[in-house]
Amino acid sequence: MMKPLIAGLGLATLLPALALADCAKVSQGDLSVSAAWSRATIGTARPAVFYVTIQNTGSTDDRLTGIETPVAGMPMLHETVMTEGVASMPHAAAIDIPAGETISLAPGGFHGMLMDLEAELKEGESFPMTLQFEKAGKVSIDTEILPIRAREAACGVAP
Amino acid sequence: MRRRTLILGGAGLLAAFGFMLTLGAWQSGDLPWQEETTTSAARIRAADLSAMTWQLTSHEGEHVEPQDWLGQANLVFFGFTWCPDVCPMTLLNISDWLEELGPDADRLAVHLFTVDPERDTPEVLADYLSNFDPRITGLTGTPAEVARAAEEFGVTYRRVPRGNGEYTLDHTSGVFVFGPDGRLSRIIDLHENPQAAVPKIRQALKQEG
Repeated sequence: MMKPLIAGLGLATLLPALALADCAKVSQGDLSVSAAWSRATIGTARPAVFYVTIQNTGSTDDRLTGIETPVAGMPMLHETVMTEGVASMPHAAAIDIPAGETISLAPGGFHGMLMDLEAELKEGESFPMTLQFEKAGKVSIDTEILPIRAREAACGVAP
Repeated sequence: MRRRTLILGGAGLLAAFGFMLTLGAWQSGDLPWQEETTTSAARIRAADLSAMTWQLTSHEGEHVEPQDWLGQANLVFFGFTWCPDVCPMTLLNISDWLEELGPDADRLAVHLFTVDPERDTPEVLADYLSNFDPRITGLTGTPAEVARAAEEFGVTYRRVPRGNGEYTLDHTSGVFVFGPDGRLSRIIDLHENPQAAVPKIRQALKQEG
């Protein structure tokens, strides 16, 4: 009776792992940065986007205060905010990364906006991104350029 | 016993009266905290394609007016192609809904109204939309034509300078679902899950033209 259930559960947990390779992860101090991705752009006029997952395994809070990349002259942290049905995208001076929590820059919420692109972002390529943290300092990670229709990272975030 | 019923009944009546007054004030947008967003919300609720007068140009360069759309269900949303986060997300959500609707999606037309006519010319819209579901149409016009359309839908948008001559736009982000009679049926919010969105569209498809 129990065996098929356990086997089923095992399979269910295994399947997502099989479908997605683990994301590249860069750890520094208490922080782990992974699943950095962007969308391909059409030319260089439109701003590109930057999404990433940050895990704080420590016992002290940290803050993401800025991003830097050679592909964009003006990279900024933004947050999509809904007020009475109106979407606005205010600049986020810093994003809190509380102790013990995982914070994602993801569609519809916090995101990096990359303005003044140096070159078109081409699907399948990647670019370096340096994240500046208040306590952990600078962390650099390779950012995958996914298709313009991508809605999430093409890899799984390891638990 | 009877007295208690009377008192309770009286209290109930008073409460109901108070509620009606508040409701009336709310509907007319008279409550102090409502301000201008309520007039916009009320206009959205009353949106009726058959009463609209805007005229715009599609991404294929064709002249479009609201009366062209009567007799079919329509999804309408406002955005712009320079928008890095919300607009791709909305376009991807809609692509998912169309897939989920299957053959029923043939009775539905989907339209992106730009709030950025300066940059979003028909050619720019065509280039951008070629990356998404081909059933999505883009609409643009002169700034005055776009402003008129937005006003008739009760949509607000605002240009926000970003420095270096760059700008972005805040805008109403819901997807409006219109029945074949031209009346607004439902609004789908940005963060609504697809399980809730598709039934709203199916409901509009069921209405008579």
